[in-house]
Amino acid sequence: MVRLAGVKKNYQRGRQTVEVLHGIDLDIASGEFVALMGPSGSGKTTLLNLIGGLDTPTAGTIEVAGRRLERLTSAALAGWRAANIGFVFQFYNLLPVLPAWRNVELPLLLTSLSAATRRRNALIALELVGLAARAEHRPRELSGGEEQRVAIARALVSDPKLLVCDEPTGDLDRHTAEEVLGLLQTLNREHGKTIVMVTHDPKAADYAGRRVMLDKGTLVAAGA
Amino acid sequence: MPALNQLVSLCWLGLGTLGSRLASALVIVVGIAGVVGVLVALLAMGAGFEATLVATGAPDQAIVLRGGANAELSSSIDRQDVTVISAGPGIARDERGRPIVSAEVVVVVNIPKKATGTDANVEIRGVGPEVYALRPNVRITSGRAFTPGRHELLVGRGAAGQFAGLATGATLTLNQEPWTVVGTFESGDAHESEIWADAEALQSTYRRNAFQSVTVRLERPELITPLEAALTTDPRLHVDVTPTLEYYATQSERLRKLIDFLATTVAVIMAIGATFGALNTMYAAVAARAREVAMLRAIGFASGPIVVSVMLEAMLLALLGGAIGAGLAWAIFDRYTVSTLGANFSQVVFAFQVSPGLVARALGLALLIGLAGGLLPALRAARAPLTDALRAS
Ligand SMILES: Nc1ncnc2c1ncn2[C@@H]1O[C@H](COP(=O)(O)OP(=O)(O)OP(=O)(O)O)[C@@H](O)[C@H]1O
Ligand SMILES: [Mg+2]
Repeated sequence: MVRLAGVKKNYQRGRQTVEVLHGIDLDIASGEFVALMGPSGSGKTTLLNLIGGLDTPTAGTIEVAGRRLERLTSAALAGWRAANIGFVFQFYNLLPVLPAWRNVELPLLLTSLSAATRRRNALIALELVGLAARAEHRPRELSGGEEQRVAIARALVSDPKLLVCDEPTGDLDRHTAEEVLGLLQTLNREHGKTIVMVTHDPKAADYAGRRVMLDKGTLVAAGA
Repeated sequence: MPALNQLVSLCWLGLGTLGSRLASALVIVVGIAGVVGVLVALLAMGAGFEATLVATGAPDQAIVLRGGANAELSSSIDRQDVTVISAGPGIARDERGRPIVSAEVVVVVNIPKKATGTDANVEIRGVGPEVYALRPNVRITSGRAFTPGRHELLVGRGAAGQFAGLATGATLTLNQEPWTVVGTFESGDAHESEIWADAEALQSTYRRNAFQSVTVRLERPELITPLEAALTTDPRLHVDVTPTLEYYATQSERLRKLIDFLATTVAVIMAIGATFGALNTMYAAVAARAREVAMLRAIGFASGPIVVSVMLEAMLLALLGGAIGAGLAWAIFDRYTVSTLGANFSQVVFAFQVSPGLVARALGLALLIGLAGGLLPALRAARAPLTDALRAS
């Protein structure tokens, strides 16, 4: 599903060029649930953004869902993301002006599905995360855990092959975090979604099938 | 229509967050309201002035002045010349067979303005007995017409409104002789700024023999050219013949050009200011929802709808400002009557005219400002590095 070879990423800081990733090789099979761990500033978000097609590498090759991403233009990448990737962010990033189901519907606006089908699929995704009853609520009327579950429903609604989650529980208390992690685990085990999740939290990583450790831009150890 | 769907949700996002950015949104609205208000007022002034003067002419009328004179005050036409002119070809006749011509005398007197109390030049026009046939748009609105040969005055509606001491029954001293106001008239053109009297009586008060102009009505507009040919080649005369439409258009041209220049200059300067205001507002608007837009771009929203949504928001605010500005200008200035120095160094009374076409032009400018102010922020929203915007929390 994911194959990185010799991936490097430089950032420009003023006149200085900083290499944040120093040649990453990483394979993730279809159906895996991988926790990407490491200290702050080690490059986890950078690596995840490359896998999700939000950014392009300075060197190396990235193949995700059968496409070589480093060759795509930014417009082509946008289309590719819409078709293949579901994103879950730490701060949910829901649109405050829209009710939950409209937020979930957003990725479907990029398809040619009819309004009725879009609504039905959005409600099915909300059902899957256990929030069918909250469909008409706006984000401000939901708890943090509920907001994150709406965000997960949004990531699922277009049935992507890969879910990419950056600290999905970083902003949640322990109990709510476990609910969300349990949900991700179910999506992985029962619905076959491949998941890459960045987390600081070893307990969160326990829900994953494999851990990948990043330190100062290099993969250090990979264990079960 | 995926693009349209994206656009709709982006516009919702914009409108939904508008409430929290009211102060900055007001910068666009107020700035553009100012530009449009001033522009509409200035253009309405020019339009009103021009309309008044252009309405003064008619397609079947011509004015005869001494050769080389470009206004009545610098022209002089002898009594015997008037006879020759009146016999010219193509001139219309009334039911009793008399040529429809008016040999006219123009004098300028000082009368205080009601508004300021300062003296202004007001034109007194001595007209011939055929003047009502010549200018059928003239209507007596109060009192009566002056009696030929008597020292009586008929005051135009605009003059009566703007200048003091012109009520019916009032007395004016002209060249040490008493004259009485006997009525008022309206004509819907520049003559309303004048006071009319019998030409012969006015001539005797001012000890004059000559006239300043002869205005004639022709049977058909096409007959102006033959009349001009006949009169200008007549060895007894030395005159110019001009269609009145052209004559009054020329009279208004200088002032109208000045007003247009003024309006354009002021509008351009203010529009530049308003554009920067709009730019500022829209940068703030884009910054306020940078993370939401980044999220939408992450899930695959295209840059086209993002750009369009920001531009639409800018143009909506601009249009709102434009409508407020145009509305205010209309409420304050439409039909607002002023007087200014026109032909013959005397006051022309006219009303501002806020027409739909003029409002449309001003709203067009408002949209242009919105467009210009929205473009760069829109591009920033669509092009800002995605990963940075997502990081910002
Ligand atoms: N746009 C950028 N310009 C310059 N430097 C950047 C940029 N983005 C990230 N970096 C730097 O790259 C390094 C890796 O950042 P990254 O966000 O990937 O780390 P992380 O492992 O996700 O950290 P955290 O756990 O704090 O989220 C950091 O030193 C960061 O400061
Ligand atoms: Mg990070």
